[in-house]
Amino acid sequence: MVEYPTLDLVFRALGDGTRRGMLKQLAARERTVGELAEPYRMSLASASKHVKTLERAGLVKRTVRGRTHYCRLNPQPLAKADEWLREYERLWDIRLAKLQELLRHPDNDGRDR
Amino acid sequence: MPATSTDRIEKQIVLDAPHARVWRAITDVRECNQWFGVSLATPFSVGGTSSGKVTNKGYEHLVLGLWVEKIEPEGLFSFRWHPNATAKGVDYSKEPTTLVVFTLEQVKEGTKLTIIESGSATRNARARPAPRWRSHDRCRAIRC
Repeated sequence: MVEYPTLDLVFRALGDGTRRGMLKQLAARERTVGELAEPYRMSLASASKHVKTLERAGLVKRTVRGRTHYCRLNPQPLAKADEWLREYERLWDIRLAKLQELLRHPDNDGRDR
Repeated sequence: MPATSTDRIEKQIVLDAPHARVWRAITDVRECNQWFGVSLATPFSVGGTSSGKVTNKGYEHLVLGLWVEKIEPEGLFSFRWHPNATAKGVDYSKEPTTLVVFTLEQVKEGTKLTIIESGSATRNARARPAPRWRSHDRCRAIRC
């Protein structure tokens, strides 16, 4: 099994609509795995699998009280992912500025590399 | 309106240049190298791979590889890559790829370029497995 840096796990976890929906539910308040499963009409086992993926990415913390599993949102990795995206987006801005510069020079036909 | 979410980055810009000129700046690998900050050696072709060293200061140790998906002359150019392949000595071949789509549209002020990078996550990668990236591909492409 390959070890991935946390950010990879976060983006993987976020790459699924169901899991994003679950995070949205958790943003409001703590929920049980059953409550998280409800809107998707999925089995507890399937919901639990999604929760595990979110847990591995550090996005969800689970506590067990009695026989019930409670999940709550841990937003820190989201902030890190956001930071990465902003930085990444900036790279595109730099590239586009360079493209504009290239196009401003009519003589520059790119053949001299 | 440019929008960015967790699995999608969208950039839009109107370039003061003719449509054909912008198309060339994007799809001619030599021109692309200049503004993209890479030294790709292989011309872009549908289904083909192109790779080369990053030329941006501070990132010269990185090798960037991309797999061309579509070339629709003067309209659309798309490729897949590993946008986060920045750590030294890490094999990214099994990592999910993202899809980068350039679309061009002629407008009154010049040429409108839209770039959409999507699927920072597994969904797209699962739908279509990431192309294999072997070290000898890289060597051939940069003629090492």
